[in-house]
Amino acid sequence: MNQQAGFDPISWAVVDDRARGVFRVHRRAFVDQQIFELERERIFSRCWLYAGHVSEVAEAGQFVARPVAGRPLLINRDRDGRLHVFYNSCTHRGAMVCRENAGRARNFSCAYHGWTFADDGRLVHQPIPESYAPACNAEGELNLREVPRFDEFCGFIFVNFDANAIALADYLAEAGDYLRMASEHGSSGAGMEILGGTQTYCAKANWKLLQENSADGYHADTTHATYMDYIKAREGAVLNLYAAKGFGRVRNLGRGHAVSESIWGTPWGRPCARAMPSWSDDIKSELDGVFESMVARLGRERADFICHGDRNLLIFPNLVVNDVTSLTVRTFYPSAPDYFEITAWALGPKAESQRLRDLRIRNYLEFLGPGGFATPDDQEMLELCQKGYQAHAGVEWNDLSRGMLTEDGDSPAKQDELQMRTFWRRWRDLLAGAEV
Amino acid sequence: MGNAVLAELKARSVSRAEVEDFLFHEADLLDRWALDDWAQLFTDDGEYLIPPTDLPDGDPGKHLFLVYDDRHRLGERAKRLGKKSAHAEFPHSRTRHLISNVRIAQEAAVVTVHCSFVVYRSKQGVNDVYPGHSIYRLIVRQEGGFAIRSKRAVLDVDTLRPQGKVSIIL
Repeated sequence: MNQQAGFDPISWAVVDDRARGVFRVHRRAFVDQQIFELERERIFSRCWLYAGHVSEVAEAGQFVARPVAGRPLLINRDRDGRLHVFYNSCTHRGAMVCRENAGRARNFSCAYHGWTFADDGRLVHQPIPESYAPACNAEGELNLREVPRFDEFCGFIFVNFDANAIALADYLAEAGDYLRMASEHGSSGAGMEILGGTQTYCAKANWKLLQENSADGYHADTTHATYMDYIKAREGAVLNLYAAKGFGRVRNLGRGHAVSESIWGTPWGRPCARAMPSWSDDIKSELDGVFESMVARLGRERADFICHGDRNLLIFPNLVVNDVTSLTVRTFYPSAPDYFEITAWALGPKAESQRLRDLRIRNYLEFLGPGGFATPDDQEMLELCQKGYQAHAGVEWNDLSRGMLTEDGDSPAKQDELQMRTFWRRWRDLLAGAEV
Repeated sequence: MGNAVLAELKARSVSRAEVEDFLFHEADLLDRWALDDWAQLFTDDGEYLIPPTDLPDGDPGKHLFLVYDDRHRLGERAKRLGKKSAHAEFPHSRTRHLISNVRIAQEAAVVTVHCSFVVYRSKQGVNDVYPGHSIYRLIVRQEGGFAIRSKRAVLDVDTLRPQGKVSIIL
């Protein structure tokens, strides 16, 4: 771990000179094995991490199994309707007890020696039980182990591997209301669901580059020039609403979380609920209806903000909720300084009409995902950066100074880099040992 | 009975070799990056689909696919990949599309084709493999050849790791 004498990330990794308006990150932060180990210990083992959505385990008996921060977890709802998050590891010798990614089960039986656990985690069967002394499980210590902490916020399930962590709602700070907004889409008010179909992909780059990229308003015109071309080909022109409505802003939401947001300012449509000129009259009138029902439920100001605005929400350290051409939940985790794995889902309102559900998927895929018109180019940029960092001894610093002298004003611009500085300041503090 | 229906009933019978020749032609267009020509293979209502790796039998209207292109979008996909600003494919990767295990079933003017594929992609020192199988609905052209009404390329991989993306056309 931290064997290097005098090692202190604050002193070298981040230059944060507010007086001069200069913010720099040392490129070693993207390639260094020691930094990577510290991130695992001081960030991923202590922060609240997204693990799943309640819609994936809506009914008694449903489970999903997936790694979170590299640890195999089993999230399920038992026969009494209680939510659990277990480590997916047999308490006997360690094998994963659940080998499917999703399904229904009343029991989980280890394939190695046959130990069987009920859906509430109790060890209910060991082959040849007479060989075990009663003391072996006197305290229930051989039951499936639950993670130290888990909690749900507006349908989003988070886990924390630190038993002493602060409450989830406190951790989310002002980002909580943005997560709440992501749970309020749709006409029915019946809540949200993860659509079937998971995008599981990866990038040969450092994981922090994706958090930087996911709310970067400065790269759109260059990295995504071909997406704009597509919109222009389909709509006849790229709507330029920036002049009338403003490009939008970024906000520091506290505890390392940030958002970039705008109202009307982007050139794409939204399934909840902002039509493009090329969309059919049926869709347009249905989206008008969605908006009006959300006005009735949430008030005009909030419905206008949700339906007609866009938000790229960054929850520290590794959750992104892009509420743009569609609504996506994306989380990622590194297995090396230069490689990380990404899992992305689409989120949509329950009881959504088939027409709008189809639109939601089409509109997602015109931009997002590993086969979209934009995401592959983002990945390319991340990987180009990572390759460039091989020269970090010669070119040491990344510059994230954009808009720094005005970042404490009312509306830091969306093309600014406040959201990245917010992330890096938190990263620096946690790596230096600050409390979460 | 409309003329179109009559024409379909009268559609000539096609052989597997003829279908294979067409698939090899498509593969050649893709490997030569003649993507606008590739898009021209599709009918006006044609579509190009890649289901999610965890739901190969999924429905694009209900599940999050990797690609769900209508005719306009697949044409734009082809056009996009021809540009220097399609960064993930600039410079163009080298690819090789292999087609095998072709089976056909003809019903009037529609031929349903099942085949296996492997696509190799190489770019900047990274070699990726995309194994899978495709299901085509081909329309028999009376004057010879086929048009693609739908192409569903199903990846036989559990996750897009280590490939990371599907920035090429499968």
